[in-house]
Amino acid sequence: MTAVDLGLPTLGGLDGVPTTEERQTAKDYTSDQEVRWCPGCGDYAVLAAVRSFLPALGLRRENIVFISGIGCSSRFPYYMNTYGMHSIHGRAPAIATGLATTRPDLSVWVVTGDGDALSIGGNHLMHALRRNVNLKILLFNNRIYGLTKGQYSPTSETGKITKSTPMGSLDFPFNPVSLALGAEATFVARALDSDRKQLTEVLRAAAEHRGTALVEIYQNCPIFNDGAFDVLKEPGERERRIIPLRHGEPVRFGPDGEYGVVRDGDTGGLRVAKVAEVGEDAVIVHDANAEDPSLAFALSRLGAQDLDPTVTGVFRSVSRPTYDDLARAQVQQAVEARPGDLQALLRGSDTWTVAG
Amino acid sequence: MSVTAGSDTPARETDVHKLDRVVIRFAGDSGDGMQLTGDRFTSEAAAFGNDLATLPNFPAEIRAPQGTLPGVSSFQLHFADYDILTPGDRPDVLVAMNPAALKSNIGDLPHGGILIVNTDEFTKRNLAKVGYEANPLEDGSLAPYQVHQVAMATLTKGALEETGLSKKDAERAKNMFALGLLSWMYHRPTEGTERFLREKFGKKPDIAEANILAFRAGWNYGETTESFAVTYEVAPAKLPPGTYRQITGNTALAYGIVAAGQRAQLPVLVGTYPITPASDILHELAKHKNFGVTTFQAEDEIAGIGAALGASFGGALGVTSTSGPGVALKSETIGLAVMTELPLIVIDVQRGGPSTGLPTKTEQADLLQAMFGRNGEAPVPIVAPCSPGDAFDIALEAVRIALTYRTPVLLLSDGSIANGSEPWLIPDVATLPDLKPTFASEPNAPDGSGEFWPYLRDPETLARPWAVPGTPGLQHRIGGLEKAEGKGNISYDPDNHDRMVRLRQAKIDGIRVPDVVVDDPTADARVLVVGWGSTFGAIGAACRRVRAQGMRIAHAHLRHLNPFPRNLGSVLRSYDRVLVPELNLGQLAMLLRSKYLVDAVSYTKVAGLPFKAEELQSVFTDFLKGADAQ
Ligand code: SF4
Repeated sequence: MTAVDLGLPTLGGLDGVPTTEERQTAKDYTSDQEVRWCPGCGDYAVLAAVRSFLPALGLRRENIVFISGIGCSSRFPYYMNTYGMHSIHGRAPAIATGLATTRPDLSVWVVTGDGDALSIGGNHLMHALRRNVNLKILLFNNRIYGLTKGQYSPTSETGKITKSTPMGSLDFPFNPVSLALGAEATFVARALDSDRKQLTEVLRAAAEHRGTALVEIYQNCPIFNDGAFDVLKEPGERERRIIPLRHGEPVRFGPDGEYGVVRDGDTGGLRVAKVAEVGEDAVIVHDANAEDPSLAFALSRLGAQDLDPTVTGVFRSVSRPTYDDLARAQVQQAVEARPGDLQALLRGSDTWTVAG
Repeated sequence: MSVTAGSDTPARETDVHKLDRVVIRFAGDSGDGMQLTGDRFTSEAAAFGNDLATLPNFPAEIRAPQGTLPGVSSFQLHFADYDILTPGDRPDVLVAMNPAALKSNIGDLPHGGILIVNTDEFTKRNLAKVGYEANPLEDGSLAPYQVHQVAMATLTKGALEETGLSKKDAERAKNMFALGLLSWMYHRPTEGTERFLREKFGKKPDIAEANILAFRAGWNYGETTESFAVTYEVAPAKLPPGTYRQITGNTALAYGIVAAGQRAQLPVLVGTYPITPASDILHELAKHKNFGVTTFQAEDEIAGIGAALGASFGGALGVTSTSGPGVALKSETIGLAVMTELPLIVIDVQRGGPSTGLPTKTEQADLLQAMFGRNGEAPVPIVAPCSPGDAFDIALEAVRIALTYRTPVLLLSDGSIANGSEPWLIPDVATLPDLKPTFASEPNAPDGSGEFWPYLRDPETLARPWAVPGTPGLQHRIGGLEKAEGKGNISYDPDNHDRMVRLRQAKIDGIRVPDVVVDDPTADARVLVVGWGSTFGAIGAACRRVRAQGMRIAHAHLRHLNPFPRNLGSVLRSYDRVLVPELNLGQLAMLLRSKYLVDAVSYTKVAGLPFKAEELQSVFTDFLKGADAQ
């Protein structure tokens, strides 16, 4: 079978979603429900960032939908004054796929966690990414199961002592960004709950991307995995460890951009080097729009579990037709070619008549 | 008869016997095209105006080893000059294309039956493959039958010699030779088949012509050789007037979904994962995008129903189709649909279970799964078609219930309905029910607060409002956690939960469904047979036979399994004894006994095959005798 080029124009992630002239504030996106996360939970910061960045999009509130699975972060929709569904464990991407496919006038967001998205819902996450449905997936990664009171998760480090692993966990963790890139994602980013500015930038870029956008958010769970990302917040350590990606700019970090990311001739991958030693020209320039995901993948392999270093920002943002646009185009094409005639369908071509 | 097969040979005089009904079974290797052959004969019978019913039977393996017993595929059809109810118990005519087909089917052919054998396949090797020590064509073991030995492959190859087709390709057309021969024997019209072959092989005209030549060769073989002395006529049936077509259950079900979308004026999203024997529903629906139907082939069963529910949340008609193992995977999402009170259609084409079970065989053993297969108190309405054509009506009925009461509905078809076919009186679209739902458009809070309460119920139906994203001012959040009555916020309040559980149950219990109609022609039967789903035909036919012998018996057939029709209790109580035949271990009987405290007696079979009318006839007769003795 041959692929059909539907000649779709390039669309933005929010095209087709009705806008409003009305001035909105974070308060307009705040529901009347009391937020019930533990004090100090990183989820609060993400909620605040989402509530305050949405008004800038100028969308009609009723055309925004948050769909979540199960877990601490999945309570998120209740706190947003938009439409929402708190669904079942791991299945939010599937539910959101059906909604987004039938409703191009909605901005659809999925809120999920490391257990929800990568354990029980791994299959749906992977397939949403490959299909490139117009969904924004916020993956709150706290590297622990919070709601069920502290078992290790698919992003916990090997050897983690928890209630379910008193002698240490045995399985090797996922790197969600690497996973998404391997699953043909068109938009992949990572941000920290504590860095409002970068989180907002990344959320905005995700919203405007047409297709599935995966945003991994490092989120602290002070109750069951406190301080998992503290090293990224400590002055001194922060600068030394975080590599913020900016499209079109050399990948440099550290005080005065002391370090840079360069190609590693031995492995074919990337490594961190002192710019003074390798020279400025050796530092790679980040191209989030590169069709080939190899470099984005190599960036995702720098550090990871030990957070040394930690790459943040938009790894990849490329344009590819979305599943939902293509599905609607097929329906439209079929309707235009031959509008449905129900009586003719029921008759078919092989009939006979019994006289009365 | 004004039928010609394009032959100039003058018609040979044969004895023409008039019959009221005939059962033919085509059996061969799964590569022999028996399903196509059966289908075509069915179309010819339909075009001629006979009533008919069919029973395809094929192996689960796509290509089981050639010539072996597990590789046998068969197609049985029953056609008559009156309205028949089943595909027939035993064939009157068996067409066996190879030794395996003969061995696995001969036991069903009654003594005196007609056996047509393709002798070319009866080689030493093929006989040994299926454990025949001597050639049954020679050892006298087939003496009780009227045997016609025809070298079909050789004759077909001979007929196609001029075409330049390879021997192998030519031999492939031997099924059309068989069809031609049978068409001649039963005076069937042939134009339809020739037209069909030209269309089917439109891109390969030489193959089309070869098949047509083979078909004519089969016809002419009957006409010119002396080996067939008798032909048979089955006159058209007197069916209710109107325009008919032939339809399978899966097609009718798919059409029902398309029609429901049109009558509800809603886009349809079908979220489905391929599974036997339900996949043809997906295939059929995928062809009808021009009716606003989107088919989403999901990554798994759970994603299929998830997408359907997501679409329902957005105001579309969400549909998922599967078989029993798929329902098991979907149960959690069905529970979510119960909790969120959104319309959703879940089609279960039942097959033999448990686990992978018998994927291509029929069974009715998912009734209790449909009824109870979820955590918590999660009532779901259940409907079941009683014949292939009825699958169309039942789909519309399922959608009516789902949209009116905002609930998932389980539609239980089964393998024999899915693949079986019958003549279908084509409905007039204008007479189909109007299913257009109303969507919430403004705040509804009874306290005048101007809020929207997503769990405020319609006093009549107990349905909650369907407020779809994009509706200004009605933003709300739903989900799997228990919700407060009315306002719909999360609630852990014990009294609220108790009330909500009872409300959800009351909503389903209160669904209005038509009364069950009892077939009791003499109106004085003391014994009632209650069935559901695909057993309608076999039970009905058995009842006729029992009555023909002067006994009295009543038959009630349920299309609504939850809630039951309101008159069912009084119907059950008005008979001395109740018998419930099912293709499971007594699931409906269990429900009837617990709900109505009736001493319903089960008759069960789980062989992967439908009931035979003959079998039920003797069960009913024994039961009636037992009832008399009491
Ligand atoms: S358990 Fe952890 S993740 Fe969950 S709400 Fe409490 S702090 Fe947040």
